[in-house]
Amino acid sequence: MSALHPTVPFAITLDSATSLQNKTGSWRTERPMYVDRLPPCNNACPAGENIQAWLGFAEEGDYEAAWQQIMVDNPMPAIMGRACYHPCEGACNRKFIDTEVNIHAVERFLGDEAIKQGWTPKWETPDSGQKVLVIGAGPAGLSAAYHLRRMGHHVTIYEAGPVPGGMMRFGIPAYRLPRDVVTAEIARIENMGVEIVLNRKVEDIQADMKAGGFDACFLAIGAHLAKRVDIPAPDASKILDAVGVLREMETSENPPMLGRRVVVYGGGNTAVDVARTAKRLGASEAIIVYRRNREKMPAHDFEVQEALDEGVVLNWLSTIKEMDDEGSFKVEKMALDEEGYPQPTGEYETIEADTLVLALGQNVDTSFVQTVPGVEIGSDGVIQVDRQMMTGFEGLFAGGDMVPAERTVTVGIGHGKKAARCIDAYLRGETYEPLPKHELADFAKLNTWYYTDAPVTVQPTLDEVRRMTTFDEVHAGLDETNALYEARRCLSCGNCFECDNCYGVCPDNAVLKLGPGQGFKIDLDYCKGCGLCAAECPCGAIKMVPEDI
Amino acid sequence: MLKQIEGSRAVAEAVALCRPEVICAYPITPQTHIVEACGEFVKTGQLQNCEYVNVESEFAALSVAIGASAAGARTYTATASQGLLFMAEAVYNASGLGLPIVMTLGNRAIGAPINIWNDHSDAMSMRDAGWIMLFAETNQEALDLHIQAFRLAEQLSCPIMVCMDGFILTHAYERLEIPDQAAVDAFLPPFVPRQALDPADPYSIGAMVGPEAFTEVRYLAHDKQLQALEVIPEIHQSFKEQFGRESGGLFHTYQVEGAATVVVTMGSLAGTLKDAVDELAQEGPQVGVISLSCYRPFPRTELRHALEHARRVIVVEKAVAPGAGGVVSMDLRMALQGVDCYVKTVIAGLGGRPVTSPSLQSMLRRALKGELADLHFLDLNRGMVDRELARQRRGIATGPVAENLLKDAATHGAD
Amino acid sequence: MPQTKLDELSDQQKVKFYQKGTFTVGNRLVDPDKRDVQASQDRSNAITSGHRACQGCGEALGARFALDAAMRAADSKVIAVNATGCLEVFSTPYPETSWQLPWMHSLFGNAPAVATGVQAAMRAKGREDVRAIAQGGDGGTTDIGFGCLSGMFERNDDVLYICYDNEAYMNTGVQRSSATPPTARTATTPAVGDAPGNVFGTGKNVPLIALAHNIPYVATASVSNLHDLEAKVQKAMSLRGARYLHIFVPCPLGWGSAAEDTIKVARLASECGLFPLWEGELGVVTGSDPIRKKVPVEDYLKTQKRFAHLFKPERDEERLAALQRMADHNIERFDLLREDKEPAI
Repeated sequence: MSALHPTVPFAITLDSATSLQNKTGSWRTERPMYVDRLPPCNNACPAGENIQAWLGFAEEGDYEAAWQQIMVDNPMPAIMGRACYHPCEGACNRKFIDTEVNIHAVERFLGDEAIKQGWTPKWETPDSGQKVLVIGAGPAGLSAAYHLRRMGHHVTIYEAGPVPGGMMRFGIPAYRLPRDVVTAEIARIENMGVEIVLNRKVEDIQADMKAGGFDACFLAIGAHLAKRVDIPAPDASKILDAVGVLREMETSENPPMLGRRVVVYGGGNTAVDVARTAKRLGASEAIIVYRRNREKMPAHDFEVQEALDEGVVLNWLSTIKEMDDEGSFKVEKMALDEEGYPQPTGEYETIEADTLVLALGQNVDTSFVQTVPGVEIGSDGVIQVDRQMMTGFEGLFAGGDMVPAERTVTVGIGHGKKAARCIDAYLRGETYEPLPKHELADFAKLNTWYYTDAPVTVQPTLDEVRRMTTFDEVHAGLDETNALYEARRCLSCGNCFECDNCYGVCPDNAVLKLGPGQGFKIDLDYCKGCGLCAAECPCGAIKMVPEDI
Repeated sequence: MLKQIEGSRAVAEAVALCRPEVICAYPITPQTHIVEACGEFVKTGQLQNCEYVNVESEFAALSVAIGASAAGARTYTATASQGLLFMAEAVYNASGLGLPIVMTLGNRAIGAPINIWNDHSDAMSMRDAGWIMLFAETNQEALDLHIQAFRLAEQLSCPIMVCMDGFILTHAYERLEIPDQAAVDAFLPPFVPRQALDPADPYSIGAMVGPEAFTEVRYLAHDKQLQALEVIPEIHQSFKEQFGRESGGLFHTYQVEGAATVVVTMGSLAGTLKDAVDELAQEGPQVGVISLSCYRPFPRTELRHALEHARRVIVVEKAVAPGAGGVVSMDLRMALQGVDCYVKTVIAGLGGRPVTSPSLQSMLRRALKGELADLHFLDLNRGMVDRELARQRRGIATGPVAENLLKDAATHGAD
Repeated sequence: MPQTKLDELSDQQKVKFYQKGTFTVGNRLVDPDKRDVQASQDRSNAITSGHRACQGCGEALGARFALDAAMRAADSKVIAVNATGCLEVFSTPYPETSWQLPWMHSLFGNAPAVATGVQAAMRAKGREDVRAIAQGGDGGTTDIGFGCLSGMFERNDDVLYICYDNEAYMNTGVQRSSATPPTARTATTPAVGDAPGNVFGTGKNVPLIALAHNIPYVATASVSNLHDLEAKVQKAMSLRGARYLHIFVPCPLGWGSAAEDTIKVARLASECGLFPLWEGELGVVTGSDPIRKKVPVEDYLKTQKRFAHLFKPERDEERLAALQRMADHNIERFDLLREDKEPAI
């Protein structure tokens, strides 16, 4: 039938594209739906970074946009790219294809680039006129201050110590986190208008809040009291604590005297840090004594490996019983029971050492809050907070190492962000409600055929000999090519990256391409519901849902 | 220009004068000389802007023609006999799609037994394929009909088969008037297709049509043939004015006026018949002759009008419908329904058997005496047939009939 | 050692990777003119919505892939001739057509000849910028249309013929064609008896037969590899004379595969070696698309009910091994496991 061509044969010759009148959508029993699923990296990030989003910008070479995206959640990318133990990478789906995306290295590249280029965070919130006191200029405190400032509040930090940074200075050795980086990122927060008052120890929170006219307070002084065990020793001066050693590295003119043979007692990251520090300070032997085995060590395996590479010795399944007059330590061998707990064997050996450094964890100094009404302190010595991170005292919030949580810089930064949101809501007389999380984009939801096999870029490592003698940073950063390459390894799990697959593979042209940045739309007039778009979506951003029939 | 020329070559000259743009060629006797000559014209440049495609089969020949015509090119091909059957599917397709292809059919018998000589079995096999079928009585008419055929085909957007008797016409040398190019150009306007594949105006040709419209499509095909019955006389008249010759039209009449007995036939047989009736007229009544130039559409009303005073109509045809009789006769009986006359069928000239004037006269004498059977096979060797039938009745495993008859002919002669 | 490592790294970095979806339809990290035609908002959609192909039809997809690429290559001056078959029936039931290019259907077995006619007409009219494409299914190509196809090749007519191979007569209800693989169940090779499904030792390899005509270009392609398919169409359109493209298009209905698996099934066919992707010019094989992730033929066969009898009630080890040998033979013949596996984008 030809309306447009009167001379052509009836019925046999047809005007172009007239089948558009045939709405094949009526065949459908399922319809495709574009969804945003939660990428496992984002899900795993204690700081709540939208990693996938910033990798997306980085992948296109827009590094400042990538950095600004990080800054929405985390004020210290250069620090984070170095100090974070990157649980994101552990969760990364790419590890099932080849190896996980080296997220932290890209973050560090972006952080360093920001410092180099002098980028500043962009935010446009109007001034709230409200004041918040933050106690402690560690990761959690700085993060809270930063986020509160972005929300338009006036923030003052009281820091008891002589320098800001907390555990970023006193907990993490310089060879892992160069101090100029810490200084630069803190300075950037200050430049946003956050006031940091140093050497200002708070004794009476209520009084200080009142005196300063603060509407709320965030408490984040960390956990600095070293845990001790009772080891009988004639010369107590030979027994040091790890936090003290690391602090002294930062604050004292002269490095601590650890001697030629150093024994570190403990199995956490701090133990490893101290052992590696001892090597750098000239110890010919640094021995980590740990009561369980290497698999059970809380320290991250890559750090343990680096320590071993640098010559640190591991002496596991051992407990130190006592120190004799000659400075020898009596060590009892342990054996793991069926539940994996170490049990004494009655066998002993002796280790010679000039110093024993205890790295058995830290406690929170809660003395100054005990007087604040309503504040509860748990049996483990940490402060109890509700879901809004608020203590029992109205307007007093707490986070970081002071509250029950994993004690890492990243968790601290995450606490700072969450606390800022809670405080912001509190200041508006509201309650902070996090948005519901999307369904997780696990590996099974991906169609990985479409990604090139691309092995991880191994960060160029410094010459191993060189790093044993200096406090230069162990890991060099990625150059731009590497960073770009790395960012492009991201699979964009669960979120459309406009690869056009759905648009291309629809046999019915029922996927409409809306243009760059606009994504796609299903044309339900014609979609027959075959599911090819969902099956061939590389990143699992399309879901088939049943039609109501 | 008068030219002593073979019929096939004359047709090729006529085709070339029509400026076809695509010619597809596949050899099959007896049309081969036509496409050979066409190829020569293209190669020498006598025929320009024309693609000459040597294909691998008749099916391909007409298929190429279909494509070319659908793309808006004036298209020509030629075939015969088995070739027409091999392209049968495409024959129906070309008309179904309304493509104004002109194809010469060098009429020839259909096997088995294989036979290269003339009869009309091939044309009859495609009589309902939706093509306009024109039959040439002479080589001059064959030549002229091709020129008319392009104009007619393109005016109606319908394919046309121009039938000419194999060997009798295709291979006969005669003095013929070959028109000049200017005259042909004046008669035949450039091809303006009713539909054409064109990227500038895309549409789809060749849809699948179901029960909801198929009858209507077929009715329209029928109606197109009826339109041809009006257009053909116009073109006939116009041709006469342009070239000063009687060629084509629906049918030719000879001494029909006042004749009680009229013989109806198609193709070259008409000449012999005219001789036969003239000779016969010396001893009895004048017998009229009608030769159909247009077999499809069948000019039913016009024939009825021409034969309304006839009391005896004898159809001499070069094809048999086994078990039924004569094909043209059946059409004619339809045409003469209610007319007070009877129609006899004479099957003649199968597989190239010569149809002689004496045989025809003898047959007509019997007809005039009312002794002609309803279905008569001219010059049938009755003895040969009866001996084979007897053999078959005896239940002997007889083998192929054709072979037996040949053996029989060798033994008994053509008695 | 570390020095060596660094050297290795820097070598790797010289390759410009586009990891994020390198093999997707529209790799947004490459220049727009290097992206697939199918990624473009301006693609022709030579066959548009509203056609009546089954859900997940590989042929509908393959036709749009190929024709859109041809339209791009020929500045939209393309005329398509279609053999009878699914593609024709589902696209043009009166009163609607899905085609947006000049399109014609004549018969089952004559598409190559009709296209020759179209091309001859265009040549006679001095319109050689208009390109003729003929297309049909495997039945229309390897069986009933084979005479016309060979004739078109032999004359080196300026026609691109595209065969959409779904390995049986689907339009008539899944009967065996000369492209049906051994052991496959069809309506005329039912899964009954001692050797259920199609037999071994039959069928013809039309791409290789096409190559033997010494025509300018022959290639196999698959709906699972769009980059490759479009590159081959583009290459074909850059040449004059007879060209042949044989595209693998799964048929969910005829094969008993899931509608959403059409591309996956096609991918497995190539990755196991049963449907090798190669190209050739003037009688010589000039290249092949290496297998990226080799899989055993079983992985492919198991996606389709037409091969179910190879696994149930018990595994037909002997014929599975024979099919694997066919795949291995292709892998060897076309060198499909060589190392240059990265796409040349």
